[in-house]
Amino acid sequence: VAGAGPAAAVAWALWRAGGVLDGGVVTERAEWVPRLGLGVDLRIDGFGLLMVGLVSGIGTLVFAYSWRYFGQDTPGVGRLTGLLGLFAGAMFGLVVADNLLVLYVFWELTSVTSFLLIGHDDRDRAARSAALHALLVTGGGGLAMLGGFVLLGQQAGTYRLSAIVAHPPTGGTVTAALVLVLVGAFAKSAQYPFHSWLPAAMVAPTPVSAYLHAAAMVKAGVYLVARLAPAFADVGVWRPLVVVVGLVTMVAGGLRALLRTDLKLLLAFGTVSQLGFLVVLLGIGRPEATVAGCALLVAHGAFKAALFMVVGIVDHQAGTRDIGALPPLGAGWGPAKVVAVASAASMAGLPPLAGFLAKEAAYDAFVHGTAGDRAVLAGLVAGSVLTVAYSLRLAWALVRSGPRSGRVHDDFGGENATGIGSVPRPSWGFLAPAAVLAAVTVAVGVAPSGLSELVDAGAAALDPAAHAHLRLWHGLTATLALAAVTIAGGLLLFAVRRRVERVQAALAPRPPAVAVYRAALRGVDRVADVVTGAVQPGSLPLYASVVLLTAAVVPGAGLVLGGGWPGWPAVVGDVAYLPAVGLLVGGAVAAAVATRRFTAALLLGVVGYGMALLFVVQGAPDLALTQFAVETLSVVLFLLVLRRLPDRFERRSPAPARAFRLGVAATVAAFVFVLAIAAPAARTEPPVSREMVARAEPDGGGRNVVDVILLDIRELDTLGEITVLVVAAVGATAIARVGRRPRESRRTAGTPREPDAPEGDEP
Amino acid sequence: VKRSLIVDTSVHFISYSVLVLSLYLLFAGHNQPGGGFVGGLVAGAAVGLRYVAGGIEAVRQASPVRPWTILGVGLLVASVTAIVPLLAGGAVLDNAVGEWHVLALGHMHATSATVFDVGVYLVVVGLTLMVFEAFGDDPEPGEGTGA
Repeated sequence: VAGAGPAAAVAWALWRAGGVLDGGVVTERAEWVPRLGLGVDLRIDGFGLLMVGLVSGIGTLVFAYSWRYFGQDTPGVGRLTGLLGLFAGAMFGLVVADNLLVLYVFWELTSVTSFLLIGHDDRDRAARSAALHALLVTGGGGLAMLGGFVLLGQQAGTYRLSAIVAHPPTGGTVTAALVLVLVGAFAKSAQYPFHSWLPAAMVAPTPVSAYLHAAAMVKAGVYLVARLAPAFADVGVWRPLVVVVGLVTMVAGGLRALLRTDLKLLLAFGTVSQLGFLVVLLGIGRPEATVAGCALLVAHGAFKAALFMVVGIVDHQAGTRDIGALPPLGAGWGPAKVVAVASAASMAGLPPLAGFLAKEAAYDAFVHGTAGDRAVLAGLVAGSVLTVAYSLRLAWALVRSGPRSGRVHDDFGGENATGIGSVPRPSWGFLAPAAVLAAVTVAVGVAPSGLSELVDAGAAALDPAAHAHLRLWHGLTATLALAAVTIAGGLLLFAVRRRVERVQAALAPRPPAVAVYRAALRGVDRVADVVTGAVQPGSLPLYASVVLLTAAVVPGAGLVLGGGWPGWPAVVGDVAYLPAVGLLVGGAVAAAVATRRFTAALLLGVVGYGMALLFVVQGAPDLALTQFAVETLSVVLFLLVLRRLPDRFERRSPAPARAFRLGVAATVAAFVFVLAIAAPAARTEPPVSREMVARAEPDGGGRNVVDVILLDIRELDTLGEITVLVVAAVGATAIARVGRRPRESRRTAGTPREPDAPEGDEP
Repeated sequence: VKRSLIVDTSVHFISYSVLVLSLYLLFAGHNQPGGGFVGGLVAGAAVGLRYVAGGIEAVRQASPVRPWTILGVGLLVASVTAIVPLLAGGAVLDNAVGEWHVLALGHMHATSATVFDVGVYLVVVGLTLMVFEAFGDDPEPGEGTGA
């Protein structure tokens, strides 16, 4: 039932397909954040249709497949299905989004669902770490990409993908933006050097691997590269970067795939290799290559998903997917083998299958070019030779499988206990989705016109100059010869596979990519450790100094540099203020030099009374009253707490520290002084208080303006403040109780009371 | 705790007077200096007087309900005052003004803001009591200098 979503998408796509194939475009727009100009722009052109067909078509089949794979009562199957559905939706959104930021949202959504799906078996440590690995790599790349998107969008003046591609911006910023975007795309599509997460992700259930890590999610990066390539391929480092990374990925992935004995890992590295191929084709920005890329996109989706499904079936029925340990697959496995061989042959590029068409088109795109093209072609051929070799290896393992070592695994599962070597054959329903895909592979190869039309529309949407003429037989051309060379080379490699394995083992990269990833993680941990230790030493005076200095210096500098001296305020020289000022200054100085805590607290109270006196002189009885009350009560409460502290201040700190603190205090004081002088002069609007005073009586129903402000004009603030008061009271009580608990427990135990203060100076 | 009769007695009288004063400030606040916050602080000072005379036990005797109850009721009163206009179809915190002529008392003037102010008053009083409750219950000899 959960497959209904993707199925509906397929149906919808078929319904609209006619118009889009003729070059039409379907667009939708929904406002998201209008004030930021953010809209959910959706747009389906030929390429979008191709991707929708790929994502949703394979999605539907994967749902059908996982229904059989998991059975009804597997724990967590509901969650898994839901996540798969979410992923299918996100992927659909990704390929139809026309706004870079909307695309980014869907992009991250696929990363997150991928994380959850890989880590499906959350009790498995390996699954958790693989999930994290994938999330960190693709998410990190995604962040780089977001940066690139923002740069690109700002340069272009629009975030609409279609508009950017139609009128590409230029300049150094754009080059930087493109590199960032490419990093994100490479990370998502498992290109070297970001590939290591994809093989690790193979701990996921096979349907997940078949869908996310073969057909859909890893294509997101390829999709983005393809979208941008026609417009930006000539900009800066795009083409060299894309081609080199793609070729390295293709060859290195192929080499790794040759070495694996786990069928799923073999397929995973095969996917890495093929993704490199796709990146080269779709990223180079040539019409012919774009056509080949679109064809390969479809072909790869079909054969790779089918192969994953077959491997999953084998794993499910036989309990192993290791080449060496695979039991012979006997009676009833014929159809599965046919599906596997057909798909593997398509992967290898054998005629007359879909993979062959794509590979021919790819060779064709480069065979008539410059020396640089020849070099690329050589890389592609090398990669394809490896592809042929590992395809053979896979097919060979499935067809001629048997325990090479003679060791027999008999832990295949319950129903297999009857006899060794008779792995239960899969039901037709289990195999059907893979069979459908294999049928597509064959049908497309034999009769390429349907694919040709789809690819034509897709490629034309990317690059108007691209036109597809996919045919099986081009005549005796150089391309055909290259295909023959490729297949021959692959056969040769397979024939001498033992030796190849030995050489490979010797050549394996040191350190392996996974180790690099781990080291990077550890490095980040260590840096975080050091940074935290440096910026948070736990010294309260230091924190206070930093906060105060920042608060004083930053706006203070602005004050000093910005405005002229506004002159002394009118109160200067008024004799009425003298007593208050004397109280304030005297109290403050005395408090600063006091050596006993009690004295200091009381002197602070004196300063507060001085403030109240100031209010009285200014004619603000309400403020003065409040100030008196607050001051009285706070001194009392202060003293309550102070009883628990030593009577005198701690021993004097060393002279440099004291000088520093004095400096901080003087700076802050100077800043506040200047601010107090400058602030009244900075007023440009009539004060809001006039209106408050005017409206207090008629609207607020009271003659005390302060009270009306508190209770009516800013009543919500007051409500918030008293809530804070309540929280503070509860918090203070909790802290006090925590600090007292040990003594209270002792008290209940009947021992004599002891003072709370741990190290009082008192005798 | 040493208790002095003179202090005890005078505190007894003064603290009640101060409480009355705080109530006056609370209700006079809308038109004259005062208000819930100041009133609450003054009431807190009354509590402080009791504490000076008799320590935390005297504070506990002075209040029939526990501090956190006062705190909670205060916040509840204020919040309900804020929400009621919403139920009556107005905006949050809308204020109503009422005028009555009551026999023997003459003209009465009240706004719903006063009810809100009572909430503030209760919160402040509750806060003060809480702090005394938290930090005031250990008059240890030899610890600090004593309050």
